[in-house]
Amino acid sequence: MAVAETDIARKVVQRASSGERSRDLLFRSSLMLCLFIAVIFLGVLLVDVAADGVGFLSLEFLTSFPSRIDPQSSGIQSALLGTLYLMGLCALFIVPIGVASAVYLEEYADNERWYNRLIEVNIQNLASVPSVVYGILGLAFIVRGPIDIFGLGVGQPTLLAGALTLGLLVLPVVIIVSREAIRAVPPSIREGSLALGATQWQTIWKQVLPGALPGVATGVILALSRAIGETAPLILVGAAAFQRFNPTLDGQFSALPIQIFNNVGEPAGVFRDLAAATIIVLLVILLLMNSAAIMLRNRYEQKW
Amino acid sequence: MPPGQRPGGITRVRTRRSVGEQAIKGLLAAAAVLSVLTTTGIVVTLVVESVPFFEIVAIGDFFFGTDWAPLAGGEQQSFGVVPLIWSTLYLTGVGLLVAIPVGLGVGVYLAEYASPRVRRTLKPIVETLAGIPTIVFGYFALTFFTPEILKGFLGLEVSVFNGLSAGIILGILVLPTIASVSEDAMSAVPQSLREGAFGLGAAKWQVVVRVVFPAALSGIVAALVLGASRAIGETVVILVAAGNNPNLTFDLTTAHQTMAAFIANTARSDVAAGSIAFATIFVVGLTLFVLTFAVNIVAIRFVRRYRQVYD
Amino acid sequence: MERTTPARDHARKDVSTRDLSPRAGEHADGSAAKPDAEGTAVFRLEGVSVAYGGVTAVDEVTFALREHEITAFIGPSGCGKSTLIRCLNRMNDLIPSASVHGSVLYHDQDLYADDVDPVQVRKRIGMVFQKPNPFPKSIFENIAFGPRVLGMKGDMSEIVEGALRKAALWDEVKDRLKTNAFGMSGGQQQRLCIARTMAIEPDVILMDEPCSALDPISTGAIEELMLDLKDRYSIIIVTHNMQQAARVSDRTAFFNVDKLEAGKRVGKLVEFAATEKIFTTPDDKRTEAYVTGKFG
Repeated sequence: MAVAETDIARKVVQRASSGERSRDLLFRSSLMLCLFIAVIFLGVLLVDVAADGVGFLSLEFLTSFPSRIDPQSSGIQSALLGTLYLMGLCALFIVPIGVASAVYLEEYADNERWYNRLIEVNIQNLASVPSVVYGILGLAFIVRGPIDIFGLGVGQPTLLAGALTLGLLVLPVVIIVSREAIRAVPPSIREGSLALGATQWQTIWKQVLPGALPGVATGVILALSRAIGETAPLILVGAAAFQRFNPTLDGQFSALPIQIFNNVGEPAGVFRDLAAATIIVLLVILLLMNSAAIMLRNRYEQKW
Repeated sequence: MPPGQRPGGITRVRTRRSVGEQAIKGLLAAAAVLSVLTTTGIVVTLVVESVPFFEIVAIGDFFFGTDWAPLAGGEQQSFGVVPLIWSTLYLTGVGLLVAIPVGLGVGVYLAEYASPRVRRTLKPIVETLAGIPTIVFGYFALTFFTPEILKGFLGLEVSVFNGLSAGIILGILVLPTIASVSEDAMSAVPQSLREGAFGLGAAKWQVVVRVVFPAALSGIVAALVLGASRAIGETVVILVAAGNNPNLTFDLTTAHQTMAAFIANTARSDVAAGSIAFATIFVVGLTLFVLTFAVNIVAIRFVRRYRQVYD
Repeated sequence: MERTTPARDHARKDVSTRDLSPRAGEHADGSAAKPDAEGTAVFRLEGVSVAYGGVTAVDEVTFALREHEITAFIGPSGCGKSTLIRCLNRMNDLIPSASVHGSVLYHDQDLYADDVDPVQVRKRIGMVFQKPNPFPKSIFENIAFGPRVLGMKGDMSEIVEGALRKAALWDEVKDRLKTNAFGMSGGQQQRLCIARTMAIEPDVILMDEPCSALDPISTGAIEELMLDLKDRYSIIIVTHNMQQAARVSDRTAFFNVDKLEAGKRVGKLVEFAATEKIFTTPDDKRTEAYVTGKFG
């Protein structure tokens, strides 16, 4: 390795000449320009949204139903509840399945076997499939198709269908993060437990998972924040536009991203401001979730 | 000790516990298999629903036709997908033109120049950008970027729905991915390589460009490919900012429609389930899936390569 | 009235009320045990070889380890002593590429028979590791974990206190049982691991270089502990510290590395005898070279 290093280094130095300092400065400045562009975009975006939408923020906004005819009294209660319900249902789905998959892959699966490697490759691929394709899957399988869940799914775009579709979308994230958290638990803990006569599952349930819990929880929160920000799958699954009643498990549902999307499409400018206000609400929810994840990580992170 | 009892009896015939352990392993494996079922479900859905389409429309007409008008009536109806594929790749290209230099710039800065304190402030900013829902970007493109920046500040003659706005904002969307993956790759380059170059009197920028960059190359390529993959699959920003009209053109001032945007738009319009127009959702979906799948295989290859080098 | 129950059910029964060590010279079913000069054998190994992924790590080990004794495995690094000791409680099962050949008898039962449950094995043959590995829980929970998962009945506080007393740790920690074990010093942590092992009331305690990560004072405390424990348990210790082996063990097994062709190395048992003999008048020249410090 040492030979390669000096080779590269020698090639570099042979080109060194005067005017170095100005070139260095130029390079560094262009990097900072890139940084500047990124930060400015974020800043302008947030300021623009805030400026457009803050006028509509109020308690009534959160507790009224949307209206197409009277935008001044339009609210987002149905969409807000829809998003919260989606989050809850999605969590109920992704936590057991995601953690179970991660446990299987990390603790039980022999990596030499072709079927276990197939599962791993699958998860990696699924993590990069566009969200709209998950929407198609949701549309075909859950809403229209063969999977009729407790009679709630057929022909109906229901909350459950939406939650499942979003769940499938973010499941790879949960699995990947959980695997890392489980892997971080040192083998010596497992050996200590097994040497005391515990079975593999007892070791996992009582030592490994508790140790991995902070990492898993952080990952789940991040997955959920991704899920509730998604619009395309909800469009595909058929979430409602202007829904003037609260969502139920087996009926139509709405959600914040859909509400924003539909408002943005309206020609009259006031609806865009409504959309901006809705965006603010969504961003606040995401901010709270991410802060919770960070706090969780800082407070409970296990240092081995 | 009671008679018949063996000291330290260690045998088991199938105890309750060992059966339980096997059952648990089975349940866990079943959960993991769900991922395979999901992929199967996606592929099966897309293929099965596309078959009736190709019984009516010739594959050649689909893949090479340049007129995309599935919802038109009678003679006007046409199923040439080239405009969609074109717009997808074209707008992705515009986006990458923004995302690659800025994203790499941010990545390089974070990996090589930023002090720990600066990193602590900047990384969350990049992560925040990454966490903003795409609909917000769409909103921004339509209500601010197009009117205020493109038309106002730059004085460009663009329509309300234009490809330029969508493309640039797409780039901003994808930028954090490129920044963080490339930053990861560059941070993984061992310090000894840098020190070797510094020790010979190289300037910092030379070390970065001629030592770190090449060493982290597979990771950086992975970052770019992952960014491209994300851009290709992006739906809502295009849908909101670039309009709903497919246009096979280089002109960025007019509307464009990508594959993903078309799928979403068709799904929410009143198209009869089972009709051939409805089937286009699946056919275009299949095309999109295959495209991103291919791009992702490439990305994963590069990710694997860069992870291996320094493990 | 005593019901005789098949061995299988006993495997699940309450461990704490059962005296696992057969009386000296006798198996529990009354048949005479095979004595080895003095004392009965707790382990009998015959032709035992261990390979990882087809490469033999230790080859053809044959000896008998006595109960209520401290047996030391010594030898240079790579001689397979850790590999061998891990066979004795089936910890090598955790390594997929490991394969064990030959016969390992524990109280005349084949440890590697098809119907043997490794979990049951480890209830009776405990292990303390080189680097102390307490769980990231309270001291109390560390000790209570074993009895709980094994379903031992009894008052958990009593069990915990008993184990800590046996490990000579009670006085030091009795006021902070609920504090995290990670807050203890290295020596205390290792004694905690020993206490934890004793809480499940095993028959044998295996120790794989238990003091190599500890300071001399903690080492001394643990060695004293080992001598105390000899009466209740059989102890087998792997150590690279010859003085330690000389101090605590009754019998010592010296392993060495044999170099084969093609640069392959394999561990072999060279000599096994009373400790005093190994360190003063060993039979084999290699043993003498090792214990006098000529190599290792």
